[in-house]
Amino acid sequence: MNASIGKPRLLFDFHGGIHPPQNKTLSNQRPIRPAPLPAQLILPLNMHLGAPAKPVVQVGDEVLKGQKIAEAQGAVSLPVHAPTSGKVVAIGPRPIQHPSGLDAPCIVIEPDGREQWCELHPLPDWRTCCPPSALIPRLREAGVAGMGGAGFPSAVKLSPRAEHPIEQLVINAVECEPYITADDMLMRERADQIIAGVEILRHILNPKEVIVGIEDNKPQAIEAMRRAATGSGIEIAVVPTKYPSGGEKQLIYMLTGKEVPSGGIPAQVGVVCHNTGTALAIHRAIVFGEPLISRVTTLTGKALREPGNMEVLLGTPVSALLDAAGADMNRIGRLVMGGPMMGFTLHSSAIPVVKTTNCILAATAEELPPPATEQPCIRCGSCADVCPADLLPQQLFWYSKNQDLERAQQYNLMDCIECGACAYVCPSHIPLVQYYRFAKGEVRKEMAEQQKADRARQRFEARQDRLAKEQAEKEARRKARLEGSKPAAASGVDVAALKAASLEASAAYKAAVKALKAAEAEGSDQVAALASDVEQLKAKADAAKAAVRDAGNAPAAPVVDVAALKAASLEASAAYKAAVKALKEAEAAGQDVTALRTEADALKAKADAAKAAVRDAGPATAKAAPVQPATAEQPAAEKADDGAERAQKMKALKTAFNMSHKHFKEATAALEHAEREGADNLEELRKQVERFKLKADKAKAALGLLVDQAKADMRASGSDLKSLKIEAAQTEAAARQKARELEAARVKGDDERINVLSRELDALQREAQVAAGALKAATDEQGLADA
Amino acid sequence: MSLITVTSPHATRSGNHTGAFMRQVVYATIPGIVVMTWLFGWGTLFNLMIAIPAALLAEAAVLKARGYNVRFALRDWSAVVTAVLLALAIPPTSPWWLIVIGIIAAIVVAKQLYGGLGMNPFNPAMVGYVVLLISFPLEMTRWIGPHEAPSWFDSFRMVLASANVDAFTGATPLDSFRTWAGNAEQLQALPILHGEFASLGWEWVNIAFLIGGLYLLARKIISWHIPVAMLAGMALIALPFWLFDDARYASPLFHLFSGAAMFGAFFIATDPVSAATSRYGRLIYGALIGVLVWIIRSHGGYPDAVAFAVLLMNLAAPTIDYYTQPRTYGHHRAKRGATR
Repeated sequence: MNASIGKPRLLFDFHGGIHPPQNKTLSNQRPIRPAPLPAQLILPLNMHLGAPAKPVVQVGDEVLKGQKIAEAQGAVSLPVHAPTSGKVVAIGPRPIQHPSGLDAPCIVIEPDGREQWCELHPLPDWRTCCPPSALIPRLREAGVAGMGGAGFPSAVKLSPRAEHPIEQLVINAVECEPYITADDMLMRERADQIIAGVEILRHILNPKEVIVGIEDNKPQAIEAMRRAATGSGIEIAVVPTKYPSGGEKQLIYMLTGKEVPSGGIPAQVGVVCHNTGTALAIHRAIVFGEPLISRVTTLTGKALREPGNMEVLLGTPVSALLDAAGADMNRIGRLVMGGPMMGFTLHSSAIPVVKTTNCILAATAEELPPPATEQPCIRCGSCADVCPADLLPQQLFWYSKNQDLERAQQYNLMDCIECGACAYVCPSHIPLVQYYRFAKGEVRKEMAEQQKADRARQRFEARQDRLAKEQAEKEARRKARLEGSKPAAASGVDVAALKAASLEASAAYKAAVKALKAAEAEGSDQVAALASDVEQLKAKADAAKAAVRDAGNAPAAPVVDVAALKAASLEASAAYKAAVKALKEAEAAGQDVTALRTEADALKAKADAAKAAVRDAGPATAKAAPVQPATAEQPAAEKADDGAERAQKMKALKTAFNMSHKHFKEATAALEHAEREGADNLEELRKQVERFKLKADKAKAALGLLVDQAKADMRASGSDLKSLKIEAAQTEAAARQKARELEAARVKGDDERINVLSRELDALQREAQVAAGALKAATDEQGLADA
Repeated sequence: MSLITVTSPHATRSGNHTGAFMRQVVYATIPGIVVMTWLFGWGTLFNLMIAIPAALLAEAAVLKARGYNVRFALRDWSAVVTAVLLALAIPPTSPWWLIVIGIIAAIVVAKQLYGGLGMNPFNPAMVGYVVLLISFPLEMTRWIGPHEAPSWFDSFRMVLASANVDAFTGATPLDSFRTWAGNAEQLQALPILHGEFASLGWEWVNIAFLIGGLYLLARKIISWHIPVAMLAGMALIALPFWLFDDARYASPLFHLFSGAAMFGAFFIATDPVSAATSRYGRLIYGALIGVLVWIIRSHGGYPDAVAFAVLLMNLAAPTIDYYTQPRTYGHHRAKRGATR
């Protein structure tokens, strides 16, 4: 007698578990019979866990039995094979076994009834022909997936990492769910083939032990398996009947005392677990070269006249099986794919059998009555007593219901295996598993969003780097160009150096202006000091510019360097604009503006002079000629005046709009509050809201008009695409910076700061939008002009 | 063929609902009710007859006001359980209004105002009891001496508050012990302290509730953790003190079979809504109730202490649960109170 039969294995009992009525005799009284060939076979491209397969046939193609019709995509994926010979009649979405009732892409085959096999590549000498690892790709090509539960590609499980040597190979023949007898019947009738498949698995994995776990309610199967395993060293372990002892984690613990780490896989504790049906499929795939094209499925339930197990071609619609089992369609209250504990209801009987379909349960309304009304949880703890994962389901329920995901996760929500034991015993009829599924979905969503945010941040940072680099390159190019266009520096004045100095000075000036603005916005008392700083810097910048101009002009005079002149002109006008801006700001701040005004005037004069110089020089170069006159026709001074005035107006309008908008918002909030409170001055408040809204709208409209005008003008002057670009980029960058700060504040949880920052961010985003809009308009215009 | 689509599991245990659980609790009090009626007369039954309709009425009124389906909600029997427990806790000499006030405090305030069944942090019956004990200390401590049961007519007059209750009342064993603690001779001489094996009369009340409790355990309505821990906690703390000075401290056996010890252990402390819920948590919860009962009985201002001990531990239950999570499958150790 075999030693493995002699000594019973020491079993570890997992916590909890339930003993629902078995109802197995309904379907295990007659042998496995072949299911009839249906009119159509519907083969989902995703019968397994992982990436869906990609079709390699087309509508109208003739296919042979066992021919590959879709190929695996990626590491965790499997091909799909034609279960019989026939013709591909459609490739498209069909209802499938998805719990949400979604359609999914399928290949539909119309059988020709000839059952003509394609060429197979059997490997009866698998022990000697090749190294064990060479068998793994064959299993993948044969489309072998876990046939007990999730349909995980078996080949993936057979290539464990080197750091996890496999000690035990566990074959899950427990079949603990009520009603299902597919594995039971398979073991009774085909134990030899199952053991042969287990031998192949052992050959590939080379474990220390091979244990087949069978529940003690299948004496005939145990007997058959023991007989088949005699002399092989494969141990048949009988485990007590208790749901969910067939759960992978529970079975591994029962047989080995090892716990699969939370969030991990069995290989991490040196265990690989396969289903009996899978072992059989592996045997057929290696020894006969047959791909996985059929499986044994239990047809059961009291609405069937002839329940039992059938050898079903994958893709057979459930309706065909129900017909074959003599279903009384009027009595079916619930059609379940899988068992009554973990299966899911089908919304249509057109859904096809797939690799994981171990059972079709056509239950009457008396068998599986509609769910009772949910009552309040009384924390009786029955659920905790039966939980096989040793969770506290009543707490999980509480936190899931309240969407307190953090707490739910702390109570190990993600370790729930959704076996349904808790909901089975709940006296208050709470659909607990449904709550956990929902909460898990929310947690996953949150994780995905977090990942997305992380990726977005990385992308953003990469983009910032790239922009900075581009900017630097552009700068370098510009410098190089200036250097190139610079005439021989007879006077010995280094124009490039001067230019750089000038740029530096103007950058410093701009930064100072920014600081001043910020200080003003915050109402800081350093405004005056900052303003004087700005002025000094501006003076410096101007001086630097003048130096550049002088240096540039001196040698340029004889040659008439239009480009240099143009650049100088642009600079001068930029300086003028900056001065106007500073002036405005100073005015707004209520400072002494005379000096600034004089300066602005002086700069304007300079700018005009520069423009005039360009104009003068213009005709000399043919290229510049057509563009320049347009600008030249309008007196520059007038235009600039217009611009300044408008800018001032615009600013005032903007302020007005912002104020009235703020008032409007405040009034709305007050109104809402009042409505909630049921205050009696609602009418008044409403009127107030209307008034503010009107005001805001008016200001906005006026502002819009002005902005449009300004844009039109800007376009007319053909100017400042670059400055617009810079402004747009700057505001955008500032907004991003602010967003990041805001995020940091959120993380810290500083409420006050969050408020301030989000307000600022709003403003910046608006500004960025405006700038982007203006830029776009200008670009479009430019594009048209170019055309 | 009209198919319903619902999520798994599709099977549920038949005959398994809250109302059935609660009914079992009511059935389990029957031995206690019988013994109390035998010892203290009809007052106990009158208490029940007033308490149950009052509780159902109060519950129905609040449920209606809260917009619930009253008939459906009443079927959970939770109001009846509260009424029975409160009726058994208050003296059989109580006038009708005392019971009604207690019921209102229990059902309306302690249960429904906190959100109804499953949401109350405190044991409703014990809140009702403590409200009465503090508000009407005289009425609440008038227990009938054992084997001096008044006739049903006298009991009826007590309910109507028109009888001379004092003619029938006497000190309870716990009361007597507290009064004479330290006086060994007197303790020896008091007959009420010497029944068959514990206090006179009350030992049978406790045995009756113990039988009811064992029934609940057998029917798996309650788990063993809380009652065993509570009784063990009480006995284990009583033992060394009793050995040290048996004139001042009562014996563990006396504690276990006096007052509301068994009633509290099997019927009050096991109220799942307000108790701790994890296995270890229930052990701690029960044991601390036992210790508190002994402390208050031996050193407090009240002769019995189950109500106070249970309410105090109700306060602690969420914290206990927080620190007693079981180790989940696949985790090295339990996440006990570890945040983030």
